[in-house]
Amino acid sequence: MGIFEYAPAPESRDLANLKSHYRPFVNGEFVDGSGEPLKTINPATEEVLAEVGTASVSDVDTAVKAARKAYNNVWSKMPGSERAKYLFRIARLIQERSRELAVLESLDNGKPIKESRDSDVPTAAAHFFYHAGWADKLDYAGYGPNPKPLGVAGQVIPWNFPLLMLAWKIAPALATGNTVVLKPAETTPLTALVFAEICQQAELPPGVVNILPGAGDIGAALVGHGDVNKVAFTGSTEVGKAIQRQIAGTAKKLTLELGGKAANVVFDDAPLDQAVEGIVNGIFFNQGHVCCAGSRLLVQESVAEEVLEKLRYRVSTLRLGDPLDKNTDIGAINSAEQLAKIKGLVESGDAEGAQRWTSPCPVPERGFFFAPTVFSDVQQSMRIAREEIFGPVLSVLTFRTPDEAVTKANNTPYGLSAGIWTEKGSRILWMANQLRAGVVWANTFNRFDPAAPFGGYQESGFGREGGRTGLEAYLDV
Amino acid sequence: MTATTSSSAATATPSPLADATRDEASLRRFLHGLPGVDQVGVEQRAAGLGTRSIKKAAKLWAIDTAISMVDLTTLEGADTQGKVRALAAKAKRPDPERPDTPQVAAVCVYPDMVETAVEALRGTGIHVASVATGFPAGRTSREIKLADTKIAVDAGAAEIDMVIDRGAFLEGRYLEVFEEIQAIKAACGSAHLKVILETGELATYDNVRRASWLALLAGGDFIKTSTGKVSPAATLPVTHVMLQAVRDWFVQTGELRGVKPAGGIRTTKDAIKYLVAVHEVAGEQWLNPDLFRFGASSLLNDLLLQRRTQADGHYSGPDYVTVD
Repeated sequence: MGIFEYAPAPESRDLANLKSHYRPFVNGEFVDGSGEPLKTINPATEEVLAEVGTASVSDVDTAVKAARKAYNNVWSKMPGSERAKYLFRIARLIQERSRELAVLESLDNGKPIKESRDSDVPTAAAHFFYHAGWADKLDYAGYGPNPKPLGVAGQVIPWNFPLLMLAWKIAPALATGNTVVLKPAETTPLTALVFAEICQQAELPPGVVNILPGAGDIGAALVGHGDVNKVAFTGSTEVGKAIQRQIAGTAKKLTLELGGKAANVVFDDAPLDQAVEGIVNGIFFNQGHVCCAGSRLLVQESVAEEVLEKLRYRVSTLRLGDPLDKNTDIGAINSAEQLAKIKGLVESGDAEGAQRWTSPCPVPERGFFFAPTVFSDVQQSMRIAREEIFGPVLSVLTFRTPDEAVTKANNTPYGLSAGIWTEKGSRILWMANQLRAGVVWANTFNRFDPAAPFGGYQESGFGREGGRTGLEAYLDV
Repeated sequence: MTATTSSSAATATPSPLADATRDEASLRRFLHGLPGVDQVGVEQRAAGLGTRSIKKAAKLWAIDTAISMVDLTTLEGADTQGKVRALAAKAKRPDPERPDTPQVAAVCVYPDMVETAVEALRGTGIHVASVATGFPAGRTSREIKLADTKIAVDAGAAEIDMVIDRGAFLEGRYLEVFEEIQAIKAACGSAHLKVILETGELATYDNVRRASWLALLAGGDFIKTSTGKVSPAATLPVTHVMLQAVRDWFVQTGELRGVKPAGGIRTTKDAIKYLVAVHEVAGEQWLNPDLFRFGASSLLNDLLLQRRTQADGHYSGPDYVTVD
């Protein structure tokens, strides 16, 4: 970057205690899965990190049986106060092993260490602490006295926040007395398997948590297994729809947390410098691999030029590169496939006549990287305004009046999150009531808390995770 | 648009902004029309930028740059000619055993000490800055403030650090503050004017932004956070707001104005955080003593100690730098 070069400050990859082989975790043991082993790679260097044994369909059955046995014999019978102790123990172990988990997550996923270290891992621990608190207080959750768990939960999670999504799924399931079979994403299985070690360290009874690495077919087998009572999925809308079809007509309970195309609405009276920060955080956090990313910026026409000018300058100061370097603001795209998908959508933006601006930041030659990109002159009818890009690409649209802002913001098949930037409190409340989105942030973006329910409208899915509302998805109420 | 030759057109205010200062009402509308500052957001950004890694070569560069930006300051009731001469010697050769150490930017003293400082620094290229206008409270008449400024300039001060009338600002008499800054600027002649906002007394970031623009509109060459006599003095988020103001001013007018945090910056670590903010908030051009200064008395010694530590590979302790 010119005259003031910062010193590289990479975290040591040795902290990750990376092993050459990882195996599925069933009934409290690491076992040989009968699926084809997969190689997980470091997206920042394209090097193979480790070989990971995967499950086959028969392993899914073994794992569900283990979970059922643990549910019947131990976990559902245990008093909530006892379950809470295990959850607290897990939370503390996540904290104790936080550096290891953060480095491993950045190696496997490509996200900057400052995000895995300061956001993902602490929030994952916070979810276990929070739900540990609920485990013995379910009588007071508002679902009547002594609400019952559902049984065995089959959970499938995505690659964008591997450990955090695991925590969002496992913590409420265990707190409410369910047992779990979880399938991490094909490209990011490692922290889930270290979490399995943490379960052993916490002396969690065998079978309460089972982790099966594998591809989509294992997810489908898990979701479709006859002895699974509850399905929780976070990932693409396409797969979410397939799951819904697959289990229609069964008694399984389902929650889906799918894609998004969130509107981040900036009014002319907004605190513009902080709005620019919020826009940057909204779309460039985790390389834009965030289902609730603020990927559609709706800015009032009277300040559009000014905001774009500030935004381009700010984005040009973002530092892209080695995810393990603490100076890195933007890391690697998780996989070659995802990079190709982003490139394809960006080309459609060019073809449809939007103005593309790309940060002049240097891009490493190896690894999957995509420089932060801002499209202006985007119209509602363009693909880049409608489809989820899931990458560091922002589409900027404009509006003239608050009504138009609401209309445009809601004109999407999705509805996971939205942002409002204005100094006028009454407008925040008015907008928040109009916007069809599960989370509406005011003068901030991408803030998460275990106590705040999260979930979507329409094609963004249904059900809520987190908070008191999130417990309902794991209780027979 | 028809050309007008009102008196305001003759001021240094660039034309797109000239209307803003036409009368009290326009000025109020303009200042209150500036985008607000969100407290949570600016503090979060300031904290986030504080974690950049500056080590080895980057750190040496930052230390030398910071030294060259120091306004070495003594503003005590007990200041004497001896004290000022000692400070001037320190400014010339901050680390006598390391002749490659850069000189500081300026020595900052009360008006009655300007003559002594000028004499001691003659031929060195180090500027003499002086706090005028009834520093630090500024609670004195316009005549006295102008006379105070003139005395300092006549004695050879190349830079004047004035305090704004916070009472007038908080009462909303913006035009009065504006005119006073303009008048002092005129009295400065060729000397540079640094306008001290005393951000600790302005209390809100919105006020800091308004006062920054007011000072820029009135022709201040620098906006400065504090006198150092009020707590809180300089803070990182306040400096962020001021850096944004000079950047926005540059984008709108093409003119480069400077920023000077003063008071409470004592360690190299803190100074480096400010430099990162200068780099990423305003931009690389501002990494220059013409556009960024530290108002400090004790910072220099820590910079010198850290400079030695970097060069020698071990820490040498406070007795290896001079106390002046």
